[in-house]
Amino acid sequence: MPIPLSYNLRNLAVRKTTTVMTALGIALTVAVLCAVLSLVEGLRVAFTSSGNALNLLLIRKGGTSELSSVVPRNDFQEVIRYRPGIARDAAGEPLASLELVTIVNLPSKDAPDGMNLNVRGISPIGLEVREETRLIRGRWFNPGRREVVVGAAIAGRYPSAQVGNRIHFGRGDWEIVGAFESAYPARNSEIWGDLYQVRADLNRYDACSSVLLRAANPTALRALTSEFLVEQRLQLDVMPEPDYFAKQTNSGDVIKYLGTFVAIIMAVGSCFAAMNTMYAAVARRSQEIGTLRVLGFSQFSILVSFILESVLLSLLGGLLGVLLVLPLNGLSTGVGSMTTFAETAFQLKITPKVVASGISFAVVMGVLGGFLPAYAAARKQILEALKQI
Amino acid sequence: MRYLGLIFKNALRNRRRSLLTISSLAMSLCVLGVLMALYYALFHGEAPKSQMLRVVTRHKVAIAFAMPIYYRDRIAGLPGVKQVCTWQWFGGQYKDEDRDRSKFFPRFGVEADRFFDVYPDYRVPVEQQLAFKRDIASAMLGQTLAKNQGIKLGDKIKIKGNIFPFDLDLTVRAIYDSDIDSDSLYFPIKYLEEALKARGSHRSYAGTFTSLVATPEDVPRVAKAIDEMFANAEEPTHTESEYAFGLSFLSFLGNIKLALISICGAVTFTILLVAGNTMAMSVRERVREVGILKTLGFTPGMVIGLLLGESAVISLLGGGLGLLLANGLVGVLRHGPAIVQQTKTLTLQPPVLAILVGFSVFIGLSSALVPAWRAAHTPILEALKNAD
Repeated sequence: MPIPLSYNLRNLAVRKTTTVMTALGIALTVAVLCAVLSLVEGLRVAFTSSGNALNLLLIRKGGTSELSSVVPRNDFQEVIRYRPGIARDAAGEPLASLELVTIVNLPSKDAPDGMNLNVRGISPIGLEVREETRLIRGRWFNPGRREVVVGAAIAGRYPSAQVGNRIHFGRGDWEIVGAFESAYPARNSEIWGDLYQVRADLNRYDACSSVLLRAANPTALRALTSEFLVEQRLQLDVMPEPDYFAKQTNSGDVIKYLGTFVAIIMAVGSCFAAMNTMYAAVARRSQEIGTLRVLGFSQFSILVSFILESVLLSLLGGLLGVLLVLPLNGLSTGVGSMTTFAETAFQLKITPKVVASGISFAVVMGVLGGFLPAYAAARKQILEALKQI
Repeated sequence: MRYLGLIFKNALRNRRRSLLTISSLAMSLCVLGVLMALYYALFHGEAPKSQMLRVVTRHKVAIAFAMPIYYRDRIAGLPGVKQVCTWQWFGGQYKDEDRDRSKFFPRFGVEADRFFDVYPDYRVPVEQQLAFKRDIASAMLGQTLAKNQGIKLGDKIKIKGNIFPFDLDLTVRAIYDSDIDSDSLYFPIKYLEEALKARGSHRSYAGTFTSLVATPEDVPRVAKAIDEMFANAEEPTHTESEYAFGLSFLSFLGNIKLALISICGAVTFTILLVAGNTMAMSVRERVREVGILKTLGFTPGMVIGLLLGESAVISLLGGGLGLLLANGLVGVLRHGPAIVQQTKTLTLQPPVLAILVGFSVFIGLSSALVPAWRAAHTPILEALKNAD
């Protein structure tokens, strides 16, 4: 017969100070782990949920990012733009956009020395391909003028990137006339301006960075992909837009490894601490254990009962730990990518998955820390146990 | 002092508990040690001697942008500049690197005939230096890189181009070793120029310029002079010491400073909890004994001293063990892949050691203070009555 759980609960409640202190130790370990996981999760959400599945991105063969890619304008005009299978807008224009990507350095809250941001030269068609984007402040830039709009994440993090301010890149100052927000988080870390104006500033008339186009349907998407890949006149890689973003998820790898490493070592330490607490509990309750055995509870029920008590203790710690990191949810931060050489802002996410990982981590600590003391308790000789004070 | 024996006896009385506490403290202090060593190296570190004479010039906006090659001669003409070496990042892809990240390593085109003047600390046998300078399609690899990828002198290496529209076909002519970097590939920048020329491109560009200056005092002056010289040029520059340049890549990793500080904070707090908890437990079990000590004539002050001493012994043992572990881990990090070059020379610096030892003592004393004070001030009769 199992020993009732209320026995363990009352025991934990009686030794309030010890319980709370041990649980807090576990809580901090879980908090560190959850903080790291929320960061990784936030990055994953930002990058893997970005991009329209019907959009195709074309960059130079072997290229890793738009920034280092070159797409000749002639290729776009003569080979790509009027392909059958590309969706068309209301006016009958193909939804294929030639774009130029560069970077600008602006000081942010986290990096006063300045962080790099992607600047994208874009035509009105480019905005149509990105129809999930909407204006949240000001207005769109006017073609032919030195005006830009900034992504919502940038507007929030860069004091110098407010609507009405001017930023400097290329050959001079550009006025920020609006801010936009896209359903795809990765887009919100970009600055957009008129393609022709950006091109003139960077002296790149014949070669842009990339082409983004919308396929009419999934079949056309597949057909276009293979057509472009075998097309002799093009030296370009073709990939669905979501894949391009997903590749950048590894930007957070360093923090992920560092954090996981710290959490695991801390967990070993917390395990020892939990073991200590449980050994003390077993030692103090020697007589109780003897009595339980006399009453007919088996060695196995005692083993289970003490492990359960340890798990309850660590569960309390796990819950506390999750509570500690909850305020981090939605906190926005940024990480630079070695592929794009620019910063992408994202938000920390405490998802159910993160919470579950933290709690299970705590439970594992509880089981590991509780097993040896529980084993010691179960192995006590009845008479010896009853004699001990 | 004559109670030292008693203190040690007490510390060893519940061996299992002391051992668990020491292990727990050791783990936490090990993390703290590694993180503090990292923090110290990144934010309070000093440039190694070899780097004190070099400044790096890059494009003002970002390292990804190139500068015209003629900047080199302009820089070389400045007073205080002894030699300038041009660098160009090649990027590219080695074998199936896009699937297997362990095959990634940095590749740079450098001016072969100037490189060793600017980098005398790169140790390369003279005949290999000559071979590297002579062959335009040669490669020089770091010792660690060569070992990890299983590449020997005389091997052929092919790097598929991505930023550049051509591939590199190189022969390994030299293996170098250096304290700041041992996992890069260098090849003569002439290879790039020739290959671009063959494709009809006559623009020569440079990713960065490294200048060797005469004395460490020249560094800020030369850096300023370079940037002023190009302030109004088509591509403005940003110049800093080589050490600072290495650190600038850190900002790509997000807010490392804040991350390190918050984790250190959490670890510290955990240590205090663990130590405090254990001491409270062991003192509570000994209230009766404290009563006996007092009947024997021990004053409350002496009792507190005994208990504090015991706690200090345990936490110092934990701290010592933790530092040993941290030292081992730091060694592992040092030989691992470099996040920034500062991790290549990562050690537990004396200030970090001092802080950690001091912290161990502090934990020992502070965690035992409250339980010891309470035990020492429990009236004798009550203490003796205490059964547990």
